[in-house]
Amino acid sequence: MRVYAATEGVKDEGFNPPDAGDFNLPPFIDGNSFATKPILLAFLSVLIISVFFILAARKSAVVPSKLQFAGESIYGFVRNDLGRDVIGHEFMRFVPYLFTLFTFILVNNVFGIVPLIQFPTMSRVSFPYVLAAITFFVFHYIGVRRHGLISYLKGIMFIPGVPKPAYILITPLELATYFIVRPMTLSLRLFANMFAGHLLLLVFILGGEHLLQGVIGLKLVSPFSFVVAIALTFFEFMVQCLQAYIFTLLTALYITGALADEH
Amino acid sequence: MEGTLNLVGFGLAAIGPGIATGLIFAAYINGVARQPEARNVLQPIAFLGFALAEALALFGLVLAFVL
Repeated sequence: MRVYAATEGVKDEGFNPPDAGDFNLPPFIDGNSFATKPILLAFLSVLIISVFFILAARKSAVVPSKLQFAGESIYGFVRNDLGRDVIGHEFMRFVPYLFTLFTFILVNNVFGIVPLIQFPTMSRVSFPYVLAAITFFVFHYIGVRRHGLISYLKGIMFIPGVPKPAYILITPLELATYFIVRPMTLSLRLFANMFAGHLLLLVFILGGEHLLQGVIGLKLVSPFSFVVAIALTFFEFMVQCLQAYIFTLLTALYITGALADEH
Repeated sequence: MEGTLNLVGFGLAAIGPGIATGLIFAAYINGVARQPEARNVLQPIAFLGFALAEALALFGLVLAFVL
């Protein structure tokens, strides 16, 4: 895998298409592998979210201010559309987790198109891995608390109402679904979306910049590349919001599955 | 011309999820057109299905870079 330093100007002659190496940003303090841009952005997102919601909730009034209204609509969206409609009557226990998850992922994703920041934190795979691992433990913990370890595992492995010989096929598949596929798809979906989106923007912006340095014919084509890049930026914004929504929705669905009496 | 065959493979692999996504939203639009009040019920299901289909394409993308 190639690793570029951010200050490295000329790689070689011709156009270097962006690749996975462009995501390996070097630490800004030499030798300290924790002082990198994604980690800084994760802390920044926590700061932004905390300040925003503390300010929004500080002066609660019956007739809300604009800030309070904004904060309440985000909270209301997570509580009603993701909590109440999906989980059901005991949703309030899980709203804090869902809300944290949704805002954290949303802000970190949107960093991908904020000018001057322009790096989605979730395009480094370790962040989605950790989030998916938390969700993984949360829904299994809830399931075990609700049903007891033995009957929870039994519920996963032996779905009622299936002919006995079919368990040879279904049991391994169900185990793989619950313990491997779910955390893997949850993390990789978020990661791959952010990775692909950032790469797509890099292709059009760097490509447009390179065309600008070419002969006159190529210079004329270059604006189209930038126009496409701008259009894709808006598309990316949609994808970023959608991915935050989907991650939280799937978490809520897994929690619902763990709470259900019959799997 | 340079490049890897991985990307051609990814292009082929993306056909399936592309069609799948189209079918999912076609079904969603059909459902909402027939019964507009079912929109809130159908929306999470549609996006869930979309996410599942899209995940396959994105695994292909990841593998195209990893392999």
